[in-house]
Amino acid sequence: MATEVGPTPVKTPASGGTPIHHGPKGVGEDNKILSQGKWASWLLAPTIIALAVVIVYPIISAIVMSFQKDAGLDPATGLFTAGGPAGIQNYVNWIAQQCGTADGGTVACPPGTLGAQFWTATQTTFIFTIITVTLETILGFWMAMIMARSFKGRSLVRAAVLVPWAIPTAVTAQLWLFIFDFQGIANKLFNASILWTGSEWPAKWAVIIADTWKTTPFMALLILAGLQMIPAEVYEAAKVDGASAWQRFRMITLPLVKPALMVAILFRTLDALRMFDLPYILTGGANNTTTLSILVINQIRQGFNSAAALSTITFIIIFLVAFIFVRFLGANVVEQSGATGKGKK
Amino acid sequence: MSTGTALRAEQDRGRRAAQNKEKWAQGRTYISAAVILIWCLAPAYWMVVVAFREVGFTYDTSIFPTHVTLDNFITAFDTSFGNRFGQALLNSIFIGVVVTAISLLIGVFAAYALARLNFRFKFLVLGFILGASMFPGVALITPLFQLFTNIGWMGTYQALIIPNISFVLPLTVYTMTSFFREMPWELEESARVDGCTQGQAFRKVIMPLAAPAIFTTAILAFISSWNEFLIASQLSSDATQPVTVAIANFAGAQPQQIPYTAIMAAGTIVTIPLVILVLVFQRKIVAGLTAGAVK
Amino acid sequence: MKTRKFLLPVATAGVLALTLSACGGGGGGGTTAGGGDAANGLDGRGPITYVQGKDNSNVVRPLIAKWNAAHPNEKVTFKEQTDQADQQHDDLVQHFQAKDANYDVASVDVVWTAEFAAKGWLQPLKDKMALDTSAMLKPTVDSASYKDTLYAAPVSSDGGILYYRKDLVPTPPKTWDEMMQMCSIAKENKIGCFSGQYKQYEGLTVNASEAINSAGGSVLDKDGKPSLNTPEAKAGLENLVKAFADGNIPKEAITYQEEESRRAFQSGNLLFHRNWPYVYNLATTEGASKVKDKLGMAPLPGKDGPGASSLGGHSAAISVYSKNKATALDFVKFLVEEEQQKFFATQGSLAPVITALYDDAALVKKLPYLPVLKTSIENAVPRPVTPFYPAVTQAIQENSYAALKGEKPVDQALSDMQKSIEAAGAGS
Repeated sequence: MATEVGPTPVKTPASGGTPIHHGPKGVGEDNKILSQGKWASWLLAPTIIALAVVIVYPIISAIVMSFQKDAGLDPATGLFTAGGPAGIQNYVNWIAQQCGTADGGTVACPPGTLGAQFWTATQTTFIFTIITVTLETILGFWMAMIMARSFKGRSLVRAAVLVPWAIPTAVTAQLWLFIFDFQGIANKLFNASILWTGSEWPAKWAVIIADTWKTTPFMALLILAGLQMIPAEVYEAAKVDGASAWQRFRMITLPLVKPALMVAILFRTLDALRMFDLPYILTGGANNTTTLSILVINQIRQGFNSAAALSTITFIIIFLVAFIFVRFLGANVVEQSGATGKGKK
Repeated sequence: MSTGTALRAEQDRGRRAAQNKEKWAQGRTYISAAVILIWCLAPAYWMVVVAFREVGFTYDTSIFPTHVTLDNFITAFDTSFGNRFGQALLNSIFIGVVVTAISLLIGVFAAYALARLNFRFKFLVLGFILGASMFPGVALITPLFQLFTNIGWMGTYQALIIPNISFVLPLTVYTMTSFFREMPWELEESARVDGCTQGQAFRKVIMPLAAPAIFTTAILAFISSWNEFLIASQLSSDATQPVTVAIANFAGAQPQQIPYTAIMAAGTIVTIPLVILVLVFQRKIVAGLTAGAVK
Repeated sequence: MKTRKFLLPVATAGVLALTLSACGGGGGGGTTAGGGDAANGLDGRGPITYVQGKDNSNVVRPLIAKWNAAHPNEKVTFKEQTDQADQQHDDLVQHFQAKDANYDVASVDVVWTAEFAAKGWLQPLKDKMALDTSAMLKPTVDSASYKDTLYAAPVSSDGGILYYRKDLVPTPPKTWDEMMQMCSIAKENKIGCFSGQYKQYEGLTVNASEAINSAGGSVLDKDGKPSLNTPEAKAGLENLVKAFADGNIPKEAITYQEEESRRAFQSGNLLFHRNWPYVYNLATTEGASKVKDKLGMAPLPGKDGPGASSLGGHSAAISVYSKNKATALDFVKFLVEEEQQKFFATQGSLAPVITALYDDAALVKKLPYLPVLKTSIENAVPRPVTPFYPAVTQAIQENSYAALKGEKPVDQALSDMQKSIEAAGAGS
């Protein structure tokens, strides 16, 4: 509704994509920024409120809890009692992989505790993220390029590509568990006898293959939408200029599709860093396939406050990755396209 | 004379070479398309094969359908043992449509502001929105459960819709923003010169151009809401449960027995509406494309 | 000033978030004994809700219909959870944490009883709320008790059975060593010898504890302290490790859950198979089964006689937050009456908790595994009864898995298990 009433207060017509500070600075310009700010705030308000209720509130409550000790057992009654304030102990325990002892001290967590898994889970999470996102980007780009061409049966391909993504993860995971069964179809087709879920790298690859299969469509679709924003004339002009296919890809396709591509990669990365269902159902986290999210849910069952600390640590890790992405890899949807976008033309 | 013939021959050769090249390119496209089809559909094919298999032969590994039966589909929709798959299917569609509509609407507002308006703290706002995609989803359940219990929303549709909106919003806003940045906004201005209000200009000129982006985003939003399981598994009731939860409720005739065939049948059923949806939206995506080409 | 205007909606959102967190803050943290709650509603009568995981074979609905017909003013509503144990557990935790008065009676897996009892969520079944358990199998009662107090009524039980190929093995082995000797028969017939469930999941805890208990060891001692540094525990785990190493347990068994192992046995690839009673029905009726007429059943093999099965099953517990506890208790008593127990057995293939039913001729005819199951349950050891069960099972799974795969010597695995369980008990 705000777009309906939008025109009246914004007095000066906005000039497309041109950064405001390029224009002559004056009182009018200042007013424009300010009135735009007002409109922006109303346009953004619904989004921000929705996120505040569902995401920010749980984050704040998790942070509050993370500074509390988990409930301990009262030896006399056999009942749990509230743990009291913990300071930053929960965080220290995770990062240093320390576990509490009966006399209140700490020791290095023995294998078989969740505490001993923090760094391997972090490593596993990153391995999964790097490999799946890379594979998904390459495959997705390729699929998008094919789908952008015109050929008979294109709509069939476009619909088929979405099938893996349309099957709910709960089913996908069961399906792959079934496929990767020792006597399942994968081993039969390739005449192999691989214990897919029984040793480290086959288990990791099972997760990677299943995840890549499932989420490549997401990439493909976003990149395809980006490709379709590129006017055909640009390619024609390049062809006339004698640019090779590779040159056209590198000089036209890649830069023009970059904003969409970066958004796709960014969100895939954030999702992959929180990967949960697939490894949880396929391997149960065995053979070093425990991701940080699996560790969180296992810890929730053992002690909520410590799990809150782990969630917060995961949040910080993901935040840092996203920050690096936006700052150094040009995934910044605002500044980056403001500088190179074709809106300037 | 001879020079003319030579020239014509030269042109012919060039044309033939170009045609060959064209054919070769076309051929490669088809090969690639075939590879894509196999990669995407082979596991899904297996799902369908298993869906049509008798329970007693669940673990048969013949590549072609054997022991074919419709029982699993009947089982999936059978309500006598408390399965609510049919109802859940409707719930999922309802939740998905509402989530998609609302998140697109408010997402477009936000994206417009971020892409077109100048204001302070833009970076902060973007960071905030992105930040919402960084917290492990599994850790959101308990606080949300308590929140919704406190305000009496447990087992309502809004308890499922609102979290889903928040999950898809960051992606929606970012995708739309990145596409809006690329829009030829000059057209909007020329429309306004022609006497459109800014709202009209946005609706009549920009929206058609943005159609591929909007429909792509809509598909993404719908599917992610369609797939959501974690939150729904704890916050839904029998009446509001979406299809993902209903499938998790499938049980074998015996404890411990995993009803693979029924799960695969359900997976098959669930995939069909989405394929239809995509086929329908596809036209819109293509329409948007041609509209863009007019420019 | 204008900036402030921009920030207004954002600030509102922030304030909203803070207020909300003030309402719900610490919800997951402090859990108090709930003594007050346990004293409330003892005489309350009225409609209640019964919460249970997926009702696979449609036993609960007819029973509730029967109850409702007889008690029009104290109707029971059935709230059905998913089929997955983890989700049932988490769902109960969420509702108990929120002090939900609508979850009056809940079906609780035997391994959750101690945890829920220690959190103060379960009504102790004593004094006014007492329940007569004298007719029940003792191990099932033990598994529903915590610190010598009964917290739930055992409703169904479950124990491991040794399935074997009676066409190849004339008399089933009584001890583990006997079974290992019979593996030569498997070799002659070119099939695998034995398998249970050894994927890293709850089933591995079941199988590893069975091995340890059957060899005379135990995971936890009477006081709930780990007792894995004993020669018996070592011998038990070593049995499994050795069987894996010399191929008596096929290597693919490391990926087996119940269903995978059942299939291996049903397709004729195993001589001996440890599984739950549900296999009987499927192996004798399923189209693909190759062992329909060759299925033998025996108690699990132990050190010198029957082994110690891990105990499965569910109990019905009353929430301390229930407002109609008198009705709830009546309903729980109704569930464990002989008539209902028979119905559970015949309709749902659920093992009854009443001892006498195992010798009921009509029942045995229908469920031929009952005599074997009785031995199994009588010799059963509850899985470790501890409020820290999630941590204990994690410790057992991870370390025994490493040992079975030969990545860790048995001694090391057991000592790591011991230390991890100690750390879990110490809290954080």
